[in-house]
Amino acid sequence: MSTMTMAKAINEGLRAKLANDPKSFLMGEDIGSLGGVYRITEGLKAEFGAHRVMDTPLAESGIIGTALGMALRGHRPICEIQFDGFVFPAFNQITTQLAKIRTRSDGQLSAPVVIRIPYGGGIGSIEHHSESPEALFAHTPGLRIITPSNANDAYWMIQQAVECKDPVIFFEPKRRYWLKGEVDTENSPGDPFKAHVVREGSDATLVAYGPLVPVALAAANAAAEDGHSVEVIDLRSISPIDFDTVEASVNKTGRLVVAHEAPTFGGIGGEIASRISERCFYSLEAPAIRVGGFHMPYPVARVEEHYLPDIDRMLEALDRAFAY
Amino acid sequence: MGAAQQADTGTSGSGAPASPRPQAGNQAGNPPAGSQAPSSAGNSAGVLRNAGVGPDEAVQLLDEHGATHHDATFSSYIEKLDPDVLRGFYRDMATVRRFDTEATALQRQGELALWVPVIGQEAAQIGSGSAMNKADYAFPTYREHGVALTRGLDLADLLKLFRGVTNGGWDPRETNFHLYTLVLAAQTLHAVGYAMGISRDLVADPTTEPAAVVAYFGDGASSEGDVHESMVFAASYDAPVVFFCQNNNWAISVPFEVQSKIPLVNRAAGYGMPGIRVDGNDVLAVYAVTQWALDHARSGHGPVFIEASTYRVGAHTTADDPTKYRMNAEEELWKTRDPLARLETYLRAENLADDAFFEQVKNDGDELAAHVRRTTLALGSADIRHKFATVYAEAHPLVAEELAWFENYEASFADVDTENAQGGAA
Repeated sequence: MSTMTMAKAINEGLRAKLANDPKSFLMGEDIGSLGGVYRITEGLKAEFGAHRVMDTPLAESGIIGTALGMALRGHRPICEIQFDGFVFPAFNQITTQLAKIRTRSDGQLSAPVVIRIPYGGGIGSIEHHSESPEALFAHTPGLRIITPSNANDAYWMIQQAVECKDPVIFFEPKRRYWLKGEVDTENSPGDPFKAHVVREGSDATLVAYGPLVPVALAAANAAAEDGHSVEVIDLRSISPIDFDTVEASVNKTGRLVVAHEAPTFGGIGGEIASRISERCFYSLEAPAIRVGGFHMPYPVARVEEHYLPDIDRMLEALDRAFAY
Repeated sequence: MGAAQQADTGTSGSGAPASPRPQAGNQAGNPPAGSQAPSSAGNSAGVLRNAGVGPDEAVQLLDEHGATHHDATFSSYIEKLDPDVLRGFYRDMATVRRFDTEATALQRQGELALWVPVIGQEAAQIGSGSAMNKADYAFPTYREHGVALTRGLDLADLLKLFRGVTNGGWDPRETNFHLYTLVLAAQTLHAVGYAMGISRDLVADPTTEPAAVVAYFGDGASSEGDVHESMVFAASYDAPVVFFCQNNNWAISVPFEVQSKIPLVNRAAGYGMPGIRVDGNDVLAVYAVTQWALDHARSGHGPVFIEASTYRVGAHTTADDPTKYRMNAEEELWKTRDPLARLETYLRAENLADDAFFEQVKNDGDELAAHVRRTTLALGSADIRHKFATVYAEAHPLVAEELAWFENYEASFADVDTENAQGGAA
């Protein structure tokens, strides 16, 4: 057990993978000598060499397209897209090529490519640096999408992503990079596609993932002061979604609130609300309620606090659920 | 039309473009100082020299009249060829043309959703494909039926995609011929990545068999950003890849002039790689330049760009209608440059093949066509359960849940079907 930031935990996870899988390597913009704009790959080029930590030309489609080609040759590329808003030049390669190669080849080929993307807002940045595009990828069959909310998960889930035979998008909650936590480098937390109940409760289920898990836990603590027992689920995997864990919780609590930074319309929250409504119809005391971004492009930093779901927005949603 | 004239491959007289055009050699073809383009040179295509290639220049070893021409760099690649190989070039070109006719017929008869004719481009494909070693790897577009033949595919496999029973149709690892890619130019990045993978393998294990990759694309796809990015990556990492562009002058209905104001090969210098423009209807020249390029790439000198000047004699696909956008005269002009006719003339003139040979080729082609027809008509349907099984490599709960639902749903019709069957019998 040791305490480290999520940034360091991802760095250590990558280091472990590079050390034990000679076919694995990192590729991306500025990830070599600089260590990436967030320093996630700091020190890895010095340790493993430019051959294993490749600075690429500034071309996102090129990064993903060549990664797919290298995967077809038996290599294990771990790509970094510098920011959430810059993944779109690679959108075609990810959705029409990477996600489909398995089925197009009738199961003969696979593309074990990992795509790391720092995502989410709350860091006061300029445009295209604070987005949450996970639903766009979750809507694409063939991809797996996971996102850690704490250092221990970050350390393990990045390694599990590399071990997976399918393409995995690994969304890193950038405003939690500096959040410290205990990391157990001996014992894996298990299946990366399973949700975790991170706080038990009996009156409502609050589902979140990535950057909003600490907010959800804080909201649950605040609700407890008002006498409400809120169960918090860290989804961890956005595709597939562990509906079984959410279902079991909602059958117990009777109320569901789902929170994410991405706009609610067409988002992950809607998918969970719909599925859980089907599965838990007779247990629900209130309709499922979503807390998320508004239907607008991610706003300027000066007003992002009004856009991002915070403790009060979650409490307001819980109050609405309790009002039924 | 300018498009046709531009691709004229060496005979003077018909080469003046219809519209004023800057001389490429004085313009975009000049590489910057320090360019990696080799300075050796002085061949007819002018492409290994550091100046640009004119619109009418191309390496040509066998002209449309069946006469041979010497090239200081490339002739050596064909002079040593066994007559069997030369006859093989003809046989393969005739075979794929016969196959193309059969596939077109199958589409017209409603047996295929669509067909993509290759007629006119046989030399570009058989020449380049034949130049590859077994360990080399090809990344095709969706029209590389000739390359498929040279890689040893059963051509009937190509029709599965067009019959709608699979989006693949063969195991690429068996022939090192990747699946067809319909999103234009996406495969050029996969090709470069695969080539980078070969380099990585060589670093990890120097006994790895050296190999190179051929990235096929067309003049239309040359405008896609992925071609640009693939060339940047290939040059930066000295990837062993040959970019083989079949400039067939038409991107469905849009003429080449809309894609580029200069011969595409002149773009090579901008990426710091050698470029060669070749008469794409001359199978000997295509074979020679591709061998040169593959040797160059395989021996660690980085990528090469080949522009094969050819012509899409047929329609873009069976859903296309070229009479709406191009002149018959242009098609007729290109028919005089037919890749098969010139090789037949040469083989007969040199007494390398006789009537019996050509008769045999025709009969073999008919036999293959019959095999393709038989195999295609015998193809069963696809099974959606197999599609459920191939979305992911590892177990996936949502896919499993939806498959279970589907199985129950299908089973719910069993009783109804039984009743209907009994009702019908009674």
